[in-house]
Amino acid sequence: MAGNVDALYIFLLILSGMMTLLIFTALVYFAARYRHRKGVLAEQIEGSTPLELTWTIIPLGVFMVIFAWGAVVYFQQRTPPRDATEVYVVGKQWMWKLEHAEGQREINSLHVPVGRDVKLILTSQDVIHSFSIPEFRIKQDVVPGRYTVAWFRATKPGSYHLFCTQYCGTEHSGMIGTIEVMEPAQYEAWMSGGSTGPLSASGERIFAELGCATCHRSDSQGRGPNLQGMFGKPVQLEDGRIVTADENYLRESILDPGSKVVRGFKPVMPTFQGLVSEEQLNALVAYVKSLSPPSAPGAKNAAMSAPQSGPGQGNQVQ
Amino acid sequence: MATATVPAVEREDYLNKEYGIASWLLTTDHKRIALLYLISITFFFFIGGFFALLIRLELLTPAGDLVQADTYNKLFTMHGQVMVFFFLIPSIPAVLGNFLIPLMVGAKDLAFPRINLLSWYIYIIAGIMMMHCMLTGGVDTGWTFYTPFSTAFSNTKVIEAGLAIFVAGFSSILTGLNFVVTIHRMRAPGLTWSRLPLFVWAHYATSIIQILGTPVIAITLVLVVAERALHLGIFDPKLGGDPLLFQHLFWFYSHPAVYIMILPSMGVVTEIIPCFSRKRVFGYMFVALSSIAIAVFGFLVWAHHMFVAGISVYAALVFSILSYAVAVPSAVKVFNWTATLYKGSIYYNAPMLYAFGFVGLFTVGGLTGLFLAALGIDMHVHDTYFIIAHFHYIMVGGALMGYLGGMHFWWPKISGRLYPEGWARLAALIVFIGFNLTFFPQFILGYLGMPRRYWQYPAQYQVLNVLSTAGATVLAVGYLLPMMYFLWSMRYGKPASDNPWRAAGLEWTVQSPPTTFNFPEQPVVTWEAYNYDEIDKNYQEEAQVVG
Repeated sequence: MAGNVDALYIFLLILSGMMTLLIFTALVYFAARYRHRKGVLAEQIEGSTPLELTWTIIPLGVFMVIFAWGAVVYFQQRTPPRDATEVYVVGKQWMWKLEHAEGQREINSLHVPVGRDVKLILTSQDVIHSFSIPEFRIKQDVVPGRYTVAWFRATKPGSYHLFCTQYCGTEHSGMIGTIEVMEPAQYEAWMSGGSTGPLSASGERIFAELGCATCHRSDSQGRGPNLQGMFGKPVQLEDGRIVTADENYLRESILDPGSKVVRGFKPVMPTFQGLVSEEQLNALVAYVKSLSPPSAPGAKNAAMSAPQSGPGQGNQVQ
Repeated sequence: MATATVPAVEREDYLNKEYGIASWLLTTDHKRIALLYLISITFFFFIGGFFALLIRLELLTPAGDLVQADTYNKLFTMHGQVMVFFFLIPSIPAVLGNFLIPLMVGAKDLAFPRINLLSWYIYIIAGIMMMHCMLTGGVDTGWTFYTPFSTAFSNTKVIEAGLAIFVAGFSSILTGLNFVVTIHRMRAPGLTWSRLPLFVWAHYATSIIQILGTPVIAITLVLVVAERALHLGIFDPKLGGDPLLFQHLFWFYSHPAVYIMILPSMGVVTEIIPCFSRKRVFGYMFVALSSIAIAVFGFLVWAHHMFVAGISVYAALVFSILSYAVAVPSAVKVFNWTATLYKGSIYYNAPMLYAFGFVGLFTVGGLTGLFLAALGIDMHVHDTYFIIAHFHYIMVGGALMGYLGGMHFWWPKISGRLYPEGWARLAALIVFIGFNLTFFPQFILGYLGMPRRYWQYPAQYQVLNVLSTAGATVLAVGYLLPMMYFLWSMRYGKPASDNPWRAAGLEWTVQSPPTTFNFPEQPVVTWEAYNYDEIDKNYQEEAQVVG
């Protein structure tokens, strides 16, 4: 159970239970106490502005508390810790393909160690899916054409349901899997088998095969920007905008290179739309990221959506 | 009561004035058009209900065993589309609103009687298109038509369904337009805005949403059809489109559409509660303005359907806080209804039982909305059975309860007959119990994680699903009963007096059923709305004279 979500949930249960009780008691009491009796007329009451204001302002105040609490929890849910292990997830009709940054590939199951933050970088190769682990209280739609991010930290070994929660066609209800949470030692043993090398290494191979290095040279002489140390840093564009070089920016620059050209470069790069699969794209992104070591300054902007909060506050599983 | 004696000679009314199919199909009488709508939406209600029963039967067991997966997907899709676009949205406005608004404002008819008839024909054309779509294979996108599934992946009749709903929208716009003009221009002398029945206020607010919101869903569906047929890249990322754009456009209408469904129901309840408590409404102006506030704020909360869809954290924060803002006027209404009972003289007639049911179920539906608007909780319960339960508490527990309450309340006026009160009270009770048994377990299912739109599900969720299916069968009985005794009463029911409930409102000052042009002479209003004190005082005095 993820404590943060449940605490708010229980608070709301108590609050709305009290509200329901109040309204129901009033309804039943009034209905019984003031039931029609012969010869007794109703007492006419216009209304009461002070009372109206009371039951406008007090609920509004209570709602703001719920809003703020819900917002804090959501902020944690959407902010992956900086040093989280990364897993790339591709949804397709009707399966989940997962690839660890270390290179292990899985289908419809994900092995993770207890106590480690896991960041999921999700995309879809067809329709919208949604990656949901009810036990961890997380859910994130998986949208074709872009990356979305989710994260969790499992705190108890075991298997947990993985559901697709965005309707995606015939076998929507069969697009399920399991999250296997293992003790660190078991996990190390599991990790040691079956890998073809880290994802960034496959990315490097693809980078070479596609000839990317012809332009994206590791000095400043190339026709394309030097990618060393670029990830997570602000990038000045030709049109004056500044964007952060996050996963979505890398993705977009590979598939639609003309849309955000780095200042000082010409829009000469061809599109790779249709030439690379989602998995290859993930590998390329992982490779470019590996060119910027996590300790490098600026890497703290790597989280795609929001500023950081303290690590480990979020989606813990007990 | 002196007026309770019914004349032996048959009076002319809107029902017996003319006979024959043509006199109905070419009528411009708002009351006859209301009945045409009543028959059509009842037809669609039972189709949608039939789909719902099949869904519940399939979910009786964890395995997908009753129907194929594709069939199941079509069932929940068409259940949603039929219930939302062909039953709930037209229900109260097109039937009760149509029948009552001219009567309530003291007019002969709506402002544009022929447009009113046109709106029904448009609805029927849309209905035939939808039936054709369903009979030739159906559609499986979910009623939400999410892209790119709907535009590039589904192999079903998406274009047909989209166009049917596109056409149905015009019927809704025309009804709204007619109401707004009627309410502005055709009120009887003396019937100021602050004397209007709150049913009329609620319909005014509803009409604003229909007029402003419906064009957005219309153009969105045209874009879906265009992308599917012509491969324009609007929503499909492979063609350079943006799938989230579709969701923004879809919910920009479809969230306010929730208020198209619930506001008229709130209006009905606001008529019933004062009548059966013999009291004026507590805080008239607050109840009236809360309808307008709901209509306005309702347009500013659409992206709360998209908290996990990939919108930014900051957008989510804005839409969360605005969603709480729209909850306030709804809460105000609940408090005012409850306060209206205080020191009343309360009767437990069938319409009042439905009104009690409405307030109770709407309260639960509203409070669980607070859970969903809380960002951190929405992330967990989004797209689970929690949300299914929540919106059924609003749309079925709320909107449909209100519709049934209104049908009972005004049935004597509409048909000129009384329904059997005992059966009606029993039906209200069955609906209430069946409804809670069906949908309350779904809140728990949702928090335990069962996703919506699942044809098969893990066995751990079975017990609650069995309860829910059992409830659905009870609910079905509760819905069949009123239909049977309403039909029965048309032939065998006791003739109704002009005002069997001693209710306030101009519609009760005319004969039951009314004549074609409603009022023998132009009424002039000199009293406030809900003047139950005067009505009851006069009644007591008359009773003494007679007694």
